[in-house]
Amino acid sequence: MLDLTRRGAILGAAAAGAAGAIVPVGSAQAQTPAPAPKRGGTLTTILTPEPPILVLGVNNQGPTQLAAGKIYQGLFKYDFKLNPVPELAKSWTLSDDKKTYTFKLQENVKFHDGTPMTADDVLFSIMKFHTEVSPRARPIFAKIKEATAPDPHTVVLTLDSPFEPFMLMFDDTACAIVPKHVYDGTDYRTNPANQHPIGTGPFQFIEWQRGNFIRMKRFADYWKPGEPYLDEIIYRIIPDSQSRALALQTGQVQLTQANDIEPFDIPRFKAMPNLQVELNGWEYASQLSWFEINHRVKPLDDVRVRQAMSYALDRNFILNRLWFGIGKVATGPIVSTTKFYDPAVAKLQPYDPGKAMQLLDAAGLKPNAKGVRFSIKQLALPYGEVWMRLSEYFRTAMAKVGIEVTLETTDAGAWARRIGDWDYETSTNFLSQFGDPTLGVERSYVSSNIKKVTFTNTGGYSNPKVDALFTTARESGDPAVRAKAFTDVQKILCDEVPQIWLMELAWPTIHDKKLHNVIRTAMGPNGDFEDAYFA
Amino acid sequence: MGAARFWRFLAQRLVKMAAMILAIAVANFLLIHAAPGDPASVMAGEAGAADPQFMAQLRAQFGLDQPLSTQLMIYLGHLLHGDLGMSFRQGRPVAALIAERLPATLLLTGTAFAFALAMGLLLGALAAQRVGRWADSAITVLALGFFATPIFWVGLMLVLVFSVWLDWLPSFGMNTVGADYTGWAAVADTAQYLVLPALTLGLFYMAVYARLTRASMLEVASQDFVRTARAKGVPEGRILRRHILRNALLPVMTYAGIQAGQLIGGSILVETVFAWPGIGRLALDALLARDYQLLLGVFLCTSVLTVVFNLVTDVVYAWVDPRVEVG
Repeated sequence: MLDLTRRGAILGAAAAGAAGAIVPVGSAQAQTPAPAPKRGGTLTTILTPEPPILVLGVNNQGPTQLAAGKIYQGLFKYDFKLNPVPELAKSWTLSDDKKTYTFKLQENVKFHDGTPMTADDVLFSIMKFHTEVSPRARPIFAKIKEATAPDPHTVVLTLDSPFEPFMLMFDDTACAIVPKHVYDGTDYRTNPANQHPIGTGPFQFIEWQRGNFIRMKRFADYWKPGEPYLDEIIYRIIPDSQSRALALQTGQVQLTQANDIEPFDIPRFKAMPNLQVELNGWEYASQLSWFEINHRVKPLDDVRVRQAMSYALDRNFILNRLWFGIGKVATGPIVSTTKFYDPAVAKLQPYDPGKAMQLLDAAGLKPNAKGVRFSIKQLALPYGEVWMRLSEYFRTAMAKVGIEVTLETTDAGAWARRIGDWDYETSTNFLSQFGDPTLGVERSYVSSNIKKVTFTNTGGYSNPKVDALFTTARESGDPAVRAKAFTDVQKILCDEVPQIWLMELAWPTIHDKKLHNVIRTAMGPNGDFEDAYFA
Repeated sequence: MGAARFWRFLAQRLVKMAAMILAIAVANFLLIHAAPGDPASVMAGEAGAADPQFMAQLRAQFGLDQPLSTQLMIYLGHLLHGDLGMSFRQGRPVAALIAERLPATLLLTGTAFAFALAMGLLLGALAAQRVGRWADSAITVLALGFFATPIFWVGLMLVLVFSVWLDWLPSFGMNTVGADYTGWAAVADTAQYLVLPALTLGLFYMAVYARLTRASMLEVASQDFVRTARAKGVPEGRILRRHILRNALLPVMTYAGIQAGQLIGGSILVETVFAWPGIGRLALDALLARDYQLLLGVFLCTSVLTVVFNLVTDVVYAWVDPRVEVG
C-alpha cells in the first residue's frame, strides 16, 4: 500500500518511458501510444462528501453519480458532442412524426444478482421508478403516453408531442436501469435493497463501511466480454481537503475527481510528472456558476443595476486567481458545450467599472456622502472555501462601484432552505445544463417555474417574450426552429442579465499516468470505467 | 460508609440521571429543530434538481409534515421503548449506525486517554520530584507547548513528518482496505493506523495531566504529614509513591472523570484530519445534513456516557478517599 511513493512512481514512469516506443523528435502531435489494456489492479480513489445512499434515482447528488455510475447503466451514454452512444440499448429509431421511439436492447445483459435484464426492467425504470423518485425525470417522462415491450429486447415509447431533447434523458444519471423484481411493489426510497445496490454495470457492490470506504469488484458476468479490466475499485472517504491532497501526492490514491482537490492545490499536481490532470468530461453536466439575484429586492429588479453589477465584475480575475485557470469565462446563460449555444449572440458585459457607475447614475442611484449607492447582502455558497473567496471578491468588486455588500454565511441545509424560501438578496449558485437548454436552462428563467424550491426560478425573473421563446423551443420537434428560438432568447437574456453568469465550471480529474481510459464520454469520471486499466 | 446508605445513594442517583437524560433529550430535540433547514431541503440542495412534489414526498417520509409537538411525543415514545429510530437519509436504523461507528471512536479515544493518563502521571511526577531542575523545566515547556498548540495542527505536522517525509506510517484511514486481515494481523494493521491519531489526541491531554499532577504533588509534598514521614526515616521513593502520589491523585481523577465522559464526543477534529470513521464525524455529517434522528441518537449516547461517568467518578472518589462520603 505504501509502495507507490512519489519517488517510486517517478522512477517507474521514467523506466516505462525509456522502454516505450520511439517518439519522433520535434513532432508536437506525436504521443507515446498507450500500452495495450491489461487485466488486473485495484483502483483506489476518493469520494467527497460521503453520499447517504448509492441508488441512482433515489439519490442524485454528485458523489452518488460518481460511485454508482460504476454499478448502474443507462440505455445510452453521450460522446463529447452529446450524441447518443449505445449502452444498454444497441440501437434506436424515431418515427416520422417524431413521437415514437423504438429502442432495441442488448441481449445478454445480466443484473449483479444473475437475473437477465429485459424490456420489463427498462419500462419499470422509466415509467414507475424514476417517475416516482426523480424530480428531474418526472416532467419529461410524464410526456410518455404509451410505453410497451413488443418483445423482451425491444421497448417502444410514444410521446404526446415531439420532444427533441428526449434522447438526452437516458444515461445512468438521468435514468439508470434498475431491477424490476427487486423494486416493483415496494416503497422505492425505503426498500432495504437500497443498502446493496444491484445494477448492470461492470462493477458490483461488495461492501460499504460508512465513514471509511466503499468497495466494488469486477462483475464476472458483465455483458461486454473481456471487460472490465480492473479487479476492484475502492472509494475512500476522506473528509479533510489536505488529507486528500496528501493521499494523492503519496500515491495512496490513484485518482481524484470533482471536489476532491481544491483549486489552489491544482497547480501543484499539474507539475507532478507521474500525474495527469484532465479538464474535460463535463460536457453533459455543463455546469454554470452565477451570482443569484432575487428580483423581489429593490433595486435589483432594475435591469440597469444588474447590467452595472455585471460590468463591475472581472471574470478573468475570477477564473485565473480564484479557480487557477480551470474552466472558462461564461458568455451567457447557455454553456459553450451545451447544444444550441450560439457564439454569435452570447456576449456578456466586459469588465468596465466606469460604465457600471454610469449605469447606476442613470438608474438614479447616486452615491451618498460615504460613496455608497445602496446596500445588499450576499449569501455565500457553503460548498467549499473557493466559493467563500468568490463572495469576498463580489464584495470588493461591488464596493469599487459604490455598492455595499454584507456577507452572510450558513451551512448547506440552511442555504438550501433560504434559497427555496426566497429569503435572500443575492447569493451564488451553480447548476447543470444536462445537454440541452430545455432540460437544464429553461427552469431558471420561465415564469411558470417560479416556485419555492431550490433549482427553480427562485430569483423571480419574469419576461413574457422569454417565456414564449422557451415554450417554442420546448414544443418544436424541428432543430432549426429550436436553434432560432434559443438564439433569440440568448440575445434577450444576455441583455437583461437576470442572473449574473460567471464561469463555465470544469472539475479536474487527476490520475496516475499508469491509469488509462478514465475520461471516455461526456459523463467524464461519472462513466462506468468498463475499459479503464493500469499499464 | 454503610452498604445500605450506598445503595440508597445509588438508587436516588439513578433516578436523577434518568430524569436528566430525558430533559437533555427534549432540549436536544428542540435545539436541533431550531436550526434553519430540514433534511428535505438539504437533499434538494444536493440533488441539483427539485420540485415541490419531491419536497412533499420527502417531508412526509421523514415525518416532518406533522406539528413539532407531535414529532416530539413520537420521539419520546420510541425512546422510552429503547428505539432510537431510523436515519431516513441513509435508510438504516440509528442504533445500527451508531453501533458501527462507536467502537472506532472508543478505540481512538480510549487509547489516547490511557496514553495521556499514563504519560501525564509519569511526567508530572518526574517534574514534581525534580522541581526547579532542568528536567522539570523541560517537561513544563513541553506540556505548555502541547497544551497551547491546536490539535489539528499537531495532527497535520505529525502526518507531515511521519507519513510524508519518513513514510513510516499511513496518513489516513483505520485499516488497509481490501487486505481482509483477520485475528492478530488485523490488530497489527489497525495499530499502525492508530498511532498518529491517538498521539495527536493524547498529547494534548497528556499535557493537562502532567501539569495537574505536578501542581498537585507539589502542594501535597509541602504538607505536614510528608515532613513527618521524612522525619520518621521513610525512604524517599516510598514517600513519593505511598504518601504524595496517592493524595495528589484527586484533582487528576476529577479531570480524568470529565474526560472519560467526553470519550465519545471529543475526537471530531482528529477523526476529520485522519479520516477515522468514528462517531464524531457521524454526528457532524448528521448535523450538516439535518439528519435529526441520527443526531439525536448520537447526542443521547454522549449524554448517557457523561452522566454515567459522573457517577463512576463520584463513587471512585469515595472509595479512594475515606474522607469523602457519597450521598
